[in-house]
Amino acid sequence: MYVKKLPEYMNFAAPSCQGCGHGLIIRLMAEVCEELGVTGKTILVRDVACGGSASGAWNVDSITAAHGRPIPVANGVKGASPENIVIAHIGDGAAYSIGSAELVHAALRGDNITVIVVNNTVYGMTGGQMSPATLPAEKTASSPKGKDADRYGVLNVVDLIGNLNCTYLARGELYDVPAINKSKAMIKKAIQNQIDGKGFSLVEILSPCPTNLHMTPLKTKEFMHEEATKFFPLGEFVDK
Amino acid sequence: MAERVLMKGNEALAEAALRAGCRFYSGYPITPQTEILEYLSTRMPEVGGFFIQAESELCGINMVFGAAATGARAFTTSSGPGYSLKQEGISYLAGSDLPAVIIDVMRIGSALGDIFMGQGDYWQLTRGGGHGDYRTIVLAPNSVQENVDIVQLAFDLADKYLHPVIIASDAGIGQMMEPVELPDFVEEDRSKHDWWRAKGNTAGDAKNTHKISNVYYKMWDPNFCEQIGYTDYPTYLKDKYKAIEENEQRWESYMTEDAEAVLVAYGSSSRVAKETVNIARAQGFKLGMIRPITLWPFPVKAFEEAKAAKVFCTVEVNILGQMKDDVEAAVKHRVPVGFVGDFFEVPDSDRIIEYVKEMLK
Repeated sequence: MYVKKLPEYMNFAAPSCQGCGHGLIIRLMAEVCEELGVTGKTILVRDVACGGSASGAWNVDSITAAHGRPIPVANGVKGASPENIVIAHIGDGAAYSIGSAELVHAALRGDNITVIVVNNTVYGMTGGQMSPATLPAEKTASSPKGKDADRYGVLNVVDLIGNLNCTYLARGELYDVPAINKSKAMIKKAIQNQIDGKGFSLVEILSPCPTNLHMTPLKTKEFMHEEATKFFPLGEFVDK
Repeated sequence: MAERVLMKGNEALAEAALRAGCRFYSGYPITPQTEILEYLSTRMPEVGGFFIQAESELCGINMVFGAAATGARAFTTSSGPGYSLKQEGISYLAGSDLPAVIIDVMRIGSALGDIFMGQGDYWQLTRGGGHGDYRTIVLAPNSVQENVDIVQLAFDLADKYLHPVIIASDAGIGQMMEPVELPDFVEEDRSKHDWWRAKGNTAGDAKNTHKISNVYYKMWDPNFCEQIGYTDYPTYLKDKYKAIEENEQRWESYMTEDAEAVLVAYGSSSRVAKETVNIARAQGFKLGMIRPITLWPFPVKAFEEAKAAKVFCTVEVNILGQMKDDVEAAVKHRVPVGFVGDFFEVPDSDRIIEYVKEMLK
């Protein structure tokens, strides 16, 4: 029997809900950094809330930024300490709402950092409110009758920064093993770009949040795979 | 090598930061501090440092946050309206125990106010300003030379207390040119922060992981806890602020011992206040001056020396006399405290003397 070994630096202190994608994404980052031989010099810049808590499972040095600010904080780390590998780990609310200006300008400048956006279509830790990535008609705590997309729209990061100065822009999911492997390959490319000094890389991962979508873990997975991908298609959109 | 040159206040601030070993700057244009940004845009790359013009003050302070978390000497600059935007980041720096220097070249007024010389931000600078219970060390230079000296001090204090330090300059000091002696370059030394800074965990275990945390549960970080010897964060914080208040009060006293009235002024207005003391003394009026160099901790010790004073009067360039309540607290409300000031300029000496004499009647 083949048993996959736990990547280095991992512990079991990840306080995520059942069926949450955060733990998997942290593990993918850990596997990629191990394979690239950069774990010992990686600095993870986390947002507050779910992603921040989940990343406690990975014993790399980390910095918790203010909500929405991991991208400029990561750029500050990179500017002061270029020999480190810096990953901004951030949710859809942080990246596409409160931190959208910071995202746009980091992409415009082509800052040499790696950004991993965990898109679960809601603000998780505050109880599942609507975000710019909430799907039309999706019911959330702050859109109980379903999101009014005519009023709020749906923000696709490719529309926002696809024509700026990105080196790599891709979207993956966690639906099944092949999908997870594809997402891992995207993260790997995004970090390799930083090692090579190539500029701004962002990978968005569609990630299930059963707790706030009020579905079983399996149903949430199906929802992200079937429904979310209609608005957030998978693939590599910029790859320079 | 130390050298003597004629320099504009803002540019002297910028050059002094480089000589203090700082190699990281992120800023945004706003009058009257923009010369700092302009100067560093060419000068920082010359010395091999990192310069970036951020898209906003919010971004500027957060980049400083990231650099500070690696133990680097980092700074940003702004003026009133931009400083307001930096408050979020300053609260996070304080709550995360990170060293950084923020320079506010003050102008006048709330809202846009205007770009003229002013001391509009005293309350904001000395009360914390952002959310939560914190204060920052605030240093107020009153000459181009003191700009230079205070930048070095600011970085040293930030490193000593792991805390953001603010320099409260103003448009008067920032825009004037004076001869100044520039110190030698010193090397930044991040190794003294190795016990906490984010640098990459080469050991791989949880115990050696450095987690720069912005929540009050910092005591969960075994490294931090072990090194500082505290088991709860509130006690650590209280003791840190107490130590700063006890050790870091700085001021200049001028003819206060026999003074029957004492002016209290900092920055640009202290230059006029000092001249006013000289004019009053020539007239036989025993006036003195206390010039706070630290606005926080406020130099309450300075007021113990001014025993003969029957009144105190702040001289400021703002509308409401923002420093007045600190002086009232320093003299324990035993004697009257006045305020003479103006919106557009430092009040002239005649007006100050007339105001203080009126107070004495």
